[in-house]
Amino acid sequence: MRNPTATKLLFEMSCAGRGTQVFPESDVPEVSGLAAIGAEFLATEPLPLPEIAEPDVVRHFVNLSTLNMSVDSHFYPLGSCTMKYNPKRHERWARLPQAAGSHPYQSEAQIQGLLSVLYELQGMLAEIAGLPGVSLHPAAGAQGEFTALLTAAAYFRDRGEQRTRVLFPASAHGTNPASAALAGFECVQLAGGRDGFVDLDELRAQLDERTAVFMVTNPNTLGLFERDIRQVSELLHSVGGLVYIDGANMNAILGRTRPGDFGGDMMHYNVHKTFTGPHGAGGPGAGPIAVRDFLAPYLPAPVVTWDAARNWYSLSVPEKSIGKVRTFFGNVGILLRGYFYIRTLGGRGLREASENAVLNANYLLSQVKDFLDVPHGDRCMHEFVASARRQKEQTGVTTMDIAKRLLDYGFHAPTVYFPLVVEEALMMEPTETESLQTLNAFAAALRAICSEPADLVRGAPHTTAVCRPDEVNAARKPVLCWSAPEC
Amino acid sequence: MAYLFDTPEQRRVMLDAIGVESVDELFRQIPQDLQLGRELRLPEPMSELALEQEMQQRLGAVSARGVCFLGGGVYDHFIPAVVDEITSRGEFYTAYTPYQAEASQGTLQAFYEYQTLISQLAGMGVSNASLYEGGTAVSEAVFMAMRVNGRHGRVVVAGTVHPEYRQVLETYFSRLGTEIVVIPPEGGVTSLEACRRALDTNTCALVVQQPNFLGCLEDIRGLTESAHAAGALSILAFDPISPGMLKRPGDYGVDIAVAEGQPLGTPLQYGGPLLGIFTCRSEYVRKMPGRLIGKTTDRRGRDCFVLNLQAREQHIRRDKATSNICTNQGLLALRATVFLATVGPRGLRQMATLSHQKARYAASLLTQIPGVSLKFPGPFFREFLLETSMRAEDLLPALSAEGYDVGPAPGRFATAGLAGLERCVLVALTEKRTRQEIEGLAAAMTRVLQRG
Amino acid sequence: MDAAELRYAKTHEWVSVEGDIATVGITAFAVQLLTDIVYLSLPTVGKSFNPGQAMGEVESVKAVSDIYAPVSGSVVEVNSSLPENLSLLTESPLDKAWIVRLKMRDPAELQGLLSYAEYVKHCDKDGH
Ligand SMILES: Cc1ncc(COP(=O)(O)O)c(C=O)c1O
Repeated sequence: MRNPTATKLLFEMSCAGRGTQVFPESDVPEVSGLAAIGAEFLATEPLPLPEIAEPDVVRHFVNLSTLNMSVDSHFYPLGSCTMKYNPKRHERWARLPQAAGSHPYQSEAQIQGLLSVLYELQGMLAEIAGLPGVSLHPAAGAQGEFTALLTAAAYFRDRGEQRTRVLFPASAHGTNPASAALAGFECVQLAGGRDGFVDLDELRAQLDERTAVFMVTNPNTLGLFERDIRQVSELLHSVGGLVYIDGANMNAILGRTRPGDFGGDMMHYNVHKTFTGPHGAGGPGAGPIAVRDFLAPYLPAPVVTWDAARNWYSLSVPEKSIGKVRTFFGNVGILLRGYFYIRTLGGRGLREASENAVLNANYLLSQVKDFLDVPHGDRCMHEFVASARRQKEQTGVTTMDIAKRLLDYGFHAPTVYFPLVVEEALMMEPTETESLQTLNAFAAALRAICSEPADLVRGAPHTTAVCRPDEVNAARKPVLCWSAPEC
Repeated sequence: MAYLFDTPEQRRVMLDAIGVESVDELFRQIPQDLQLGRELRLPEPMSELALEQEMQQRLGAVSARGVCFLGGGVYDHFIPAVVDEITSRGEFYTAYTPYQAEASQGTLQAFYEYQTLISQLAGMGVSNASLYEGGTAVSEAVFMAMRVNGRHGRVVVAGTVHPEYRQVLETYFSRLGTEIVVIPPEGGVTSLEACRRALDTNTCALVVQQPNFLGCLEDIRGLTESAHAAGALSILAFDPISPGMLKRPGDYGVDIAVAEGQPLGTPLQYGGPLLGIFTCRSEYVRKMPGRLIGKTTDRRGRDCFVLNLQAREQHIRRDKATSNICTNQGLLALRATVFLATVGPRGLRQMATLSHQKARYAASLLTQIPGVSLKFPGPFFREFLLETSMRAEDLLPALSAEGYDVGPAPGRFATAGLAGLERCVLVALTEKRTRQEIEGLAAAMTRVLQRG
Repeated sequence: MDAAELRYAKTHEWVSVEGDIATVGITAFAVQLLTDIVYLSLPTVGKSFNPGQAMGEVESVKAVSDIYAPVSGSVVEVNSSLPENLSLLTESPLDKAWIVRLKMRDPAELQGLLSYAEYVKHCDKDGH
């Protein structure tokens, strides 16, 4: 039951004088003889932070949490995000003292255990990618893209080449063009074929000596394996360009095929997706990259190396490194969860995970295709994109309406309106950690919604705490911060 | 497979419904010659128990670790139990970006509260819902300054800014032709004179840090005024505990304030995941990087929260987005929210004051050791630079062997502005360090230096 | 303003000409495509543009679109009250919701723009 008193804003709950005793009195003597901080640096007023006692803090956040849907509580088929189960065991291991409590300026000698794990992880990610050079630094997929593009740029510069353009299909995730622009490249978007695949002729026409990188998600964002990926790669290589594989969809192909084997020169992983770091209400993630041998000398600094003779792990700077992309080593807490996951499943388990992810997605597709359009065929990899264009035409019910109505049935919505190349897109990724019963129940709910009265669906959700926030007004007159009511 | 779901019979049902014989058939979408055809060369699968035993062996040991006096941007602060309790709730922990507002009001409200708390802490108009970490937040701030004033030629950075933030900045701007001008420190701080000389009409921003990397306090107001006089924005990286005692970035009139938010309830985790705090003046809000949560009303007039101003972001604006960030550091922002709500204004003041008092006590004891002095005599907050008779690379391991971890040594960074500090080390204090530990450090340093 | 009298860019800007001054706005059709507009940014006075260069932006909750200069010229005036009165874009797209006035560099460029009839056809072809 919602408790409206407890879910008031923290600032409205605040009451002067309340609080929680957390810290002790000082146990050190006052000292003199050192320069004191001058008044010009000192705060003149107490901070305007809210004052709340711990029991109220707890009740507040516990009540807020109940307003969320999550993987732990609901089926969450958010396409492209791989919302699989987040094993609880990882949480305990990530809290082990060397993992949770190591300071980044700790000496190598003090973190040999941690470095050994990170070193092993580099090797595992290289093996899964079929690409030998790995950097664990990037904080998420987007930063992985950016880092890899800078790595490629450093390689080109070293060869005396001026390559200025990055290409990607229209179905690309928004981070692809955004990362390319951030890295100082000119962005060239390709329309792609009607069938959802890269159009080789279109690609060929755009390639020349200015081409740096072609970024492609494989399986692509329509859930299709780019069957001509080998030719794509040959085309790029024939003009001296490189192929970047956006690895957001690795959950489809673990142990079945590898980016390095199908022509990719570099890629990122989304550890929070494929290797199940919890998504943390938006993050953190980890976006390690894997690259071909000739790109490895340019990777960001440092990488973990191992001296077999001394059995010693250390941090070293690749020969021609692009430098640092973040202050400290990487999102180690998430990388470790990825490592735990890979160790738990092993090579065979990863392959089975992908098999089950693909089986579940195809099964779900088979259960919805008679009432929802699936414009790109009735086979998919680990996800597929349906379209509510028929519903919109016939009854005015849109993808957004269906998504909202699903919440009433106790399911999180799929990804909606992405990729941009599908009208009224509903991108569904069930993942492997869902049972036949769950998939059946979800398909049944979707089917029911598609035959419900349009008004009912357009008015959804009916059971959630709020219904259809006014986004237009929010954006016209943004209120991004609470402020004290004027008295 | 560790997590077992469907029985062979159920799989058969699914395959039949799809209309294929086997799972292999589904994978025919991948051309045969691209298929791996062997198992990945990875270790064998492990049970929960067996892997736990192995991990305890490999990650459980901390015998080599000493008492933590390490600083340089992240600190060994106390984290109240309530932070772990709340943030490990699956409803937060296993949700994702709150795209479906109706299914995410918990997350959305918490992040709205985060934005407000951080604005209050920094004294700034608006905060976003997090960036990756402090160093990249500095780079994002410079990008934003360029969008605000349209100047791309130069960015001026104090040599007292964290060297690794500066290294990140160099990497981020390596292809953009922007000149990064570093002001060499004078006496541990940035001279106004040198700053004014470095700023030109093409400079988008001045980047400074308070307290700076060397532990010293800068004249932020003066520096900000110089930046403004040159038409540049003033970007400040601040210590998020410092407002418990010191002026807030907003009090100095800066335009963008960023921070490494780790001290607000995030464990060290070898430097990640951390929390990139990003705040600025309200008028720049549409130029901001990262997600923003807004308050609005729903169809029935109820107050609620929603992702706002998304048109700035990569999923809509693509190559013209204000940043490429998508997945952010939500959980760490939630930790900071619970942390600040719990400790409140008095708790933060106590943290800052305790850290400061202990730093003073440590400095006074350590500087009584023959051959040891403060490199810069000015005031410091919770971290100070010590100069000894020994080279830092010899001193630090010797202290670790005695059970005390100190550093970093500025000399380890091959970065402009930090020359001549080979015998210097940073010492950082938090409320967690006890008198006994501080005295132990002083005794250990005495022994080490005597041994020479 | 009479829609039939105006010239149009394929990118949905309209132009009305008086002497060497071109007044530019966006069409009702464009506004409808974008749905509820939440933000509009204007160029600064004095800035000059080539045809097809972005002068400003209109933003809805789910989309952003550049406002392109239909002809070359420098900005002599902007409708500075428009960002505060976005509803004018739907209520009075061809009059009160004018966006910028450009001093044209080459009035001959107007010949390259569409007539009303051509613009209507262009929008139809767009599939709407
Ligand atoms: C296809 C694709 N590429 C890239 C990204 C960006 O990854 P991240 O959110 O980890 O930065 C995502 C995820 O959101 C994605 O789905």
